[in-house]
Amino acid sequence: MIYFDLFFVFFKIGLFTFGGGLAMIPLIQQEVIRNGWLTQDELIDFIAISESTPGPLAVNVSTFVGTQVAGITGGLCSTFGVVLPSFIIILLVAGMYDRFRKSNIVKGALVSLKGVVVGLIASAVISTAGMIFSESIASQGYAEVVIGAGMLVVFLYVLYKKVNPIIVIIASAVIGIIVKSLI
Amino acid sequence: MSEIIQLFSTFFKIGAFTFGGGYAMIPLIEREVVEKNKYLTSNDISDIIAIAEATPGPIAINVATFTGYRIAGVKGAIASTLGVVIPSFVIIVLISLLFKKYMNNQIIENAFWGVRISVLALMIKALLNIYKQCPKKALSYIVAVVAFVAVGLFNISALIIIAVAAVVGIVYQQIAGKI
Repeated sequence: MIYFDLFFVFFKIGLFTFGGGLAMIPLIQQEVIRNGWLTQDELIDFIAISESTPGPLAVNVSTFVGTQVAGITGGLCSTFGVVLPSFIIILLVAGMYDRFRKSNIVKGALVSLKGVVVGLIASAVISTAGMIFSESIASQGYAEVVIGAGMLVVFLYVLYKKVNPIIVIIASAVIGIIVKSLI
Repeated sequence: MSEIIQLFSTFFKIGAFTFGGGYAMIPLIEREVVEKNKYLTSNDISDIIAIAEATPGPIAINVATFTGYRIAGVKGAIASTLGVVIPSFVIIVLISLLFKKYMNNQIIENAFWGVRISVLALMIKALLNIYKQCPKKALSYIVAVVAFVAVGLFNISALIIIAVAAVVGIVYQQIAGKI
């Protein structure tokens, strides 16, 4: 049943997500895209919307996928699934968090896991860039790739200057409309 | 009981007004929980963040659950977690229901082409931030490269890589003594 599948998949994703919503992307790519619930484009679009709406990215993306796949009930299942592991583990740890924090086992695992997060996000960056630019090549050729790359550099600079990400996203939407109508 | 309701409404506010993920929530939580209501101290919040970063799951949820628990036990945890999730759930469901309808519009598609590039920029920025926070130890770097190659190139299950990495980290720490 799709509802149980959604819950189970997002429970797994919630259980294995370290380091925030973006580290979740390769997990979602493998679990969700592999199930045919979503395409790569749609995932990136969901992330864009989730970055622009309030609430944690990880939860928003989960809700979005669940709702797209199976309506409001699907959204409830995926959201509940992704939140539940956090909730349970925190309650388990809360009673002994001082011991938990000082535990060598936890420290050891974290040194490794923080490395994994870097690798996973790097992988998400490469696959996203690949998707965006290969699509450009297929539809409009290299001109669009060059312009897109230029936009990317501008956005990076603007973000580095601490402009609010939401403003950047909205500006990019407007720029997208303008640029595409000129190409 | 009023504490529980207060927790729910405080985290509902936080969930409704926090953009950009768990870390952005922290100043709001400090203001509401530490300064305004005096439920916890700043030190408590630091402890909570440390644990939230060390446990799986979205930071925002971890922080909300833990804070609620510290203040009012399991019921508090339920109130704070529900509070922080509900606003964005409602908003996303509404947007999601409209999404498929509008995505077929050419103008919207063009807009999203631009948006995807800005999301890529956000991801690159996040990567640089996370890289800065990565422990400067050989193990972390090696694991980062292995994870990148395994998941990025060979599409090995990320779940497996994460589980293996945790075990490797624990074992390495036991063998090498001090990490």
